[in-house]
Parts: sequence; structure tokens; C-alpha cells
Amino acid sequence: MQATLKTLRALMRSPQGAVGTILVTLLLFISVFGPMLAPQDPESFNFGSRFSEPTSQFLFGTDWFGRDLLSRVLVGARSTVLLAILATIIGTASGALIGIFSGFVGGWIDEVIMRTIDAVMAIPGLLLALMILTVLGSSSLNAVIAIGIAFAPGMSRIARSTTLSVRELDYVSAARARGESSLWIIFAEILPNMVAPVIVEATIRVAFAIMTLATLSFLGLGAQPPSSEWGLMIAEAREHMFRSPWPILVPGVAIALVAIAFNLLGDGLRDVLNPHAQE
Amino acid sequence: MTIYYVAKRLIYLIFTALLVSLIVFSVTQLLPANAATMILGEYATDEALAALNNKLGLDDPAPVQYLRWLSNVVQGDFGVSLRTSQPVGPTIMNALGRSAILAVSSLLLVCIIAIPLGVLAASQRGKITDLGVSLVSYIGVSLPEFVLATLLLVWLASPSVGLFPASGYVPFSENFWDALHHIVLPVLTLTIVLTAHISRMIRSEMADTLETDFIRAARLRGLPKRRVLFHHALRNSMLPAITVIALDVGYLIGGVIVVEEVFAFPGVGRQLILAIQNRDLPMIQAGALIMACSYAVANLLADLAYGFLDKRIKY
Repeated sequence: MQATLKTLRALMRSPQGAVGTILVTLLLFISVFGPMLAPQDPESFNFGSRFSEPTSQFLFGTDWFGRDLLSRVLVGARSTVLLAILATIIGTASGALIGIFSGFVGGWIDEVIMRTIDAVMAIPGLLLALMILTVLGSSSLNAVIAIGIAFAPGMSRIARSTTLSVRELDYVSAARARGESSLWIIFAEILPNMVAPVIVEATIRVAFAIMTLATLSFLGLGAQPPSSEWGLMIAEAREHMFRSPWPILVPGVAIALVAIAFNLLGDGLRDVLNPHAQE
Repeated sequence: MTIYYVAKRLIYLIFTALLVSLIVFSVTQLLPANAATMILGEYATDEALAALNNKLGLDDPAPVQYLRWLSNVVQGDFGVSLRTSQPVGPTIMNALGRSAILAVSSLLLVCIIAIPLGVLAASQRGKITDLGVSLVSYIGVSLPEFVLATLLLVWLASPSVGLFPASGYVPFSENFWDALHHIVLPVLTLTIVLTAHISRMIRSEMADTLETDFIRAARLRGLPKRRVLFHHALRNSMLPAITVIALDVGYLIGGVIVVEEVFAFPGVGRQLILAIQNRDLPMIQAGALIMACSYAVANLLADLAYGFLDKRIKY
């Protein structure tokens, strides 16, 4: 707890860390309470004011059905930001599990696992996600699983290298000599050492996850209508793009803003948590 | 660099390609409906299905099917598209050529723009130029290709502006200027996104190099600043830059898929998305395999260039 507070204080001292922390906190709040914050019903049509520019009634303008863009973006935050975080958690947890297992067991099993991971990483991320979605079928949740699987190999490499570097240290040998079980060693000695690099990587991955999730929905393989997932909002708005730029601009800026926020927080965390970091 | 090293890397490439082909094949094997069901539709009789399964060899064990598919692929036979009934090989090769135009021209532009930009930012560290470059690249890194592409479309291709065509493709052999006109927006999108990625990396590599004793010594010897920057520092940052650019080919391939879809550009990416939407198995296999192999080849070339440029490494 004390360590967390100390990290947070150090984080708030750097400009990017401070801005990132504040933005991410704000975004998480919006993602959770979005539907309550929305000034209007995101699904209600206002045929009198289609393609409206931003006005006092519609702060960010309206789309081709006259739906309030601000309300749609606020409600869509949940299916974009929270699902992207879920995808990152799936990828991080499974990757960490594979990496710890592989590094801890060692030998030919480690060799086989790592060579397989090399081969999976030889497939560009988006392509891998597309192939997984081919098998699973198109839906928001399947896109989340696909991104999680695509993230796992990179994360498992980080987890494995931490495991390897910790495994040979004296206090782990001491624990082993005391007769502690493997599971105890993993939880008490290896996991705590892994937290910092994994958290930094995961935070930056959230930004990727958001962009990939929106991209998959844009390609028609993620969220399905009438969801107000941001990538899908842009895909649907393309039909009317020359009538009004607002239905594209609003969710587009939202995606970029969220990605920037998580990138800033990740970079800030890296500087704070990595003792070797310069600058 | 020895022939031994090149041979080792080539064998590694073949190994990677084989594993990737195995993954691609297994993924398509996991699909709930096989090719026979897809050809005959869901109301086919069991006898018809069994007959077609037998004819296509789909009731053979999976390893046998994989080896048959692989040996055909090696001979350039990717099978017949379930959607168009045309052979997949020629279709995908034509598409690959068109995608390569996008990828190679973006990559060239990125090298011309991103490397000087990164050097500039690193040499002006902490000053206004550095902050400007960093800010813009931060935004570029956080903007998915499809958002940028769509915004560029709205801005530059709307009927009232009409600077560029909104979609499509014209072969260069047919009409050079028209062809160029059609690739400007897709290439611009890819270039902006990649430049943001790569200039950031170059900046941090350069910043590290400028901190080394070797550069300090060059400065203390009284060498002109420009000479130290370009002759000593940039040379040493070029090696990591090559690795960074090769790794970013992975992003580039993802970007190509998206950009082709946005601008209705008939390359491999669009073929792949179309194939996925129509569950066109042979086309999915061919598209995915070709893209993954291009990435592997890019990494091989980067490794070889690295070995060639860095005289310190003896393989």
C-alpha cells in the first residue's frame, strides 16, 4: 500500500505521468458511469436535426438519424475502453502464466514453448487477431478474446525473462533449500518481481487494445450494430461522411484521446518503476 | 558476416514459414463448417457431402491434408476460391503486387522523413523543436489507421474539394498520373502513422547515442557539431533503426489491411477481409500465409543488413 502511494507520488511529479493519471482516471469514470452522464438517449432519433453541427442542445452535433453524438460516445466508452482493458487483462494473465511456467520448468519444454511463441509472434498482430476471429466468428467478446490471445506471446516473453533472472538469485535458492514448494516460490518470490515490468507493458498495451478493438469493429468483425462502439460508429458514419464530418470526428477523437492517455500513463509509469530509466 | 550465418538465417526463415503455415492451416481446420459444406450450402444431403468430402480429400486425416496442401502451396497452387471459383494463386499474386506498391512507397517515404526528424528532435533535446516533434508523434502513435484514413478522405476527397479520388486503383502501366493519384491517400495514411512510430524510436536511440563517451570524446576533440551528429552519432543509431523499421513492418502490414479496406484498394488485405467475410478458406489461407511470410522476409533482410553494416559483429 505504501509502495503504491510512493509510486503514485513519483508519477504525479512528471508532467506526462500526471496528465496520464488524471486523464485515465477521468476516462475510467466516464466508462463506468457513461450511460448516467449522457444528456440524451443515445438511441433516440431526432429527424428535425439530422447532421447537426455542435449546438447548445447537441454539444458534439448529431448523426444521420439525429442521434446525439455526445451521448453515443459516452455510452460507447463502456464497449470500447472497458472491453479493451478486459482484453489486456486476458492477454497479460495468460501470457504471464505461460512465461512463468516456461521459465520455471526450463529444459526442452521451455525450448518448445518459446519456439512456438516465436512463430506466433512472426504473424503481425492484426493478422493474428483476424485469423482468430475467423474461427470464433464476429462479436465484441470474440474480438476481446482475439486481442487477448494476440497479446499473450509478447507478455509471456517478459514474464519468462523476469522468471529466469529471479530464479537463480540467492533468496530463491534459499527458499528452495528451506523446502518451500514451487507454487510458494512463484507467488512469494517471482510474482512480486514481475509486477513492475508487467504493469508498464500492460498499460501501454491498453492503448493498442483500444485501437485494435476499434479497428476490428470498423472492419465489421467486432461489435455489431446498434452498439455505439467507437470503431463501429465510424464505420457506419462512412456512408454519410461527405454530409457532415462530426459523426466521424467525435468517435475518432475519442479513440485517439484514450490511446494518448494510456500511452502517457504507461510512459510515466516506466520512468517511475524502472530504476534504470534515464531522463 | 559469413555464408554460414546467411545459411543459418535462411534455414530459420524456412522453419518460421513452416510453423506459420501450420498455424494458418490449423486455424482454418478449426472452422465449424468445412469446404464441402461451404460449397454445397447448408441444405446439402449427407450423401452429396460425403461424395464431395471424398473427392476433395477432406476425410483424410489432418496431417495428410496439411502435407497435401503444403506441397501444393510450394508449387504455387493455392487451390480454388470458394467465392469466385477462380484459382487463388494468380489472384493473390496480383493483389500482392498492388499491396507491395503501397507498402514499399510508404516505407521509403518514412525512411526519408522519420530518420531526419528523429535526429533533429534528439539534437535539440528539450527545446521547442523536440517538444513539437514529440507531441505530433505522440498523437500519430495514438491514431488508428482507419481513423486517420477516414479523416483524410473527408478532408481531401470530398466532392467539394475533390483533390484525390476516394477509392479504387488504376494500374501504373495504364495511366501513370491517374495511378499515382489513386495511391496518394493510402500511402499518406501509412506514412504518417509509421513516421510517428519510427521517429520516436530514432529520437530515443539518438538521445542514448549522444550520451555515450564516444560522442563526448568526439566533441571534446573539437569536431564540428554537425559532423559529430551525422558522421558519428547517426551511423551508430542506424543499426537499431533498421531493427525498429523491420519490426514496424508488422504494423505496416496491419495498416495495409485497414487502408486497403478504407480506400477500396484491391490488394492482399482487402482480399483477406473479403475472404474472411465469405469464409473463403483457400483465400484466407493464402492471404494470411503470404502476409506472414512477407513479414518474416522483412525481418531476415533487416538482420542481414545489420550484420553487413555492423563490422563489430562477427558471425
